This record gives sequence, structure tokens and C-alpha cells, in this order.
Amino acid sequence: MTAILFYLLSAICIISSILMIFHKNAMYSVLFLLICFFSVAGLYVMLNAQFLAIVHIIVYAGAIMVLFLYVIMFLNMSTPITIRKSKLVMGIAVLTGSSLCFVLVTALWATNFGQNPAIVNQDIGLASTLGKVLFNEFLIPFEVSSVLFLSSMVGIVIFNKKEQKDE
Amino acid sequence: MNDVTQLQDQLRLVPLEHYVFLCIVLFCIGLTGVLLRRNMINVFLSIELMLNSINLLAVAFSVYYNDPNAQAFVFFIMVVAAAEVAVGLAMLVMIYRNVQTVDINALNNLKW
Repeated sequence: MTAILFYLLSAICIISSILMIFHKNAMYSVLFLLICFFSVAGLYVMLNAQFLAIVHIIVYAGAIMVLFLYVIMFLNMSTPITIRKSKLVMGIAVLTGSSLCFVLVTALWATNFGQNPAIVNQDIGLASTLGKVLFNEFLIPFEVSSVLFLSSMVGIVIFNKKEQKDE
Repeated sequence: MNDVTQLQDQLRLVPLEHYVFLCIVLFCIGLTGVLLRRNMINVFLSIELMLNSINLLAVAFSVYYNDPNAQAFVFFIMVVAAAEVAVGLAMLVMIYRNVQTVDINALNNLKW
């Protein structure tokens, strides 16, 4: 049952991401990526990482995708770009991606990743465990990431301020 | 105790290799999307997909090797991805206001 669920979720994930990169309309691409993100959140739940699953849905599906949809609607870009890349460039892009995939899979095919865990710590994905790790070992990076957010916010404001001044 | 053995059985059904191969496939789809599309929004979406596949790989290794540090790293990757998308979309809006398109081929002033 669990294995079937894993293969089902990964099939949904791969198919929706392939549809995402090949769809002409940017709006549908965002919605396909949303499906992909939800199936990845399902994989997180299957891996017993509940906290990250919830954070993933909140951050990606809640914040980032809404930002994308808002920008698409704001710029009125729901009409697809009609001019296409040449078939040659598209073929080369697909060939590059598939050959990288082939190289990585063949390189890792015979790798032994070790036995599956002898002792499984069930609390590893809980908010309490991650909170202890985050506020003991990763306290300084955690604080630095808040500065990163502040600086990105200031950067966005400056971008749009300059634009208004030019007009 | 029963729950622990049940979880071990569930993990044994899906070997770690399959997570690794899923993440490789997702990463390569993202790379193909970056090379394939001309719409800047689609390029950003493909980059998000690549970041996501790395996150999934880190979580799988974290669970299979009993190490919560990797999940803290995933948390930081999500933070950086959120900041990156916000700044990138602000730049995209600015570019759209200047050149009235989101086609990356229109931005060839620095070419050659």
C-alpha cells in the first residue's frame, strides 16, 4: 500500500512537471506546478516529515505560487507567447536534460546507499525536534535568514521606487 | 514499539534509491524547462522545481539516516527560495515595464 502510494505520488509529480514545462500558457504552468508541489508534500508526509510538509504547503503553495499568479494577472500575460523557439533549440534542450538524467541515473545505479535504517527515530520530523535543532545548532543562520528577508524586502521596494521616479 | 516497526516496514517497501531517482528526474525536468522556455515566468517555475527536488532528496536522506540537521537545511533552502522568488518577480515586473515583454530573447543587450 505504501509503495503503491509512493509510486502514484511520484508519477503525479513527474507528469505534472512535464506538463508544466511544455504548456504554452503560463497560468496553466503555475497550476501544474501547484499539483507537483502538493504531491511532493504528500511524499514528505510519507517520509514522516510532517513539519516540513506543512511548511512546504504554506510557503510554496500559499506564498510563492500566489505571488506567481498575482504577477501573471498583474502583467496580463495569460495570453501565450506565440513566437516559438526553433525546433533545433528545443531538441537540444530536451536532449541536454535527458542526457543529464541518463548520466546521473547510470552513475548512481550501482551505488549502495546502505541498508535501510535499523532504528527509526519517529520524532525526527516533528516541530519540537526541528525547533531544538534550529535554535541550538543553526541559531546564527536562522538569524541571518531574517536579515536576508529584510534585505530582499528593501530591494523590492527600491526596485519599484526607482521605476516610479523614472516615469 | 509497534508504530516503530510499522514505520520501518513502510520505509523498507520504498528503497532510498527510488527517492534518489525521482529527485534526479525532477531536477532534469527543471533543467530542461530552464533551457526550453522563453517566458521568464516559466524559467522561474523550473528553478523552483529544481530547488524542490533537492529539498525532497535532503528530506529522504535525513529520514533514512536519522539526522534532523538535513531537515533544518531544507528549511533554510525554503527561506532562500522565497526571498529569491520575491526579488526575481520584482525584477520581472520592472523589466516588463521597461521593454513590455517577458521574453528572455528580448534582453540581448549584454549579448556578445
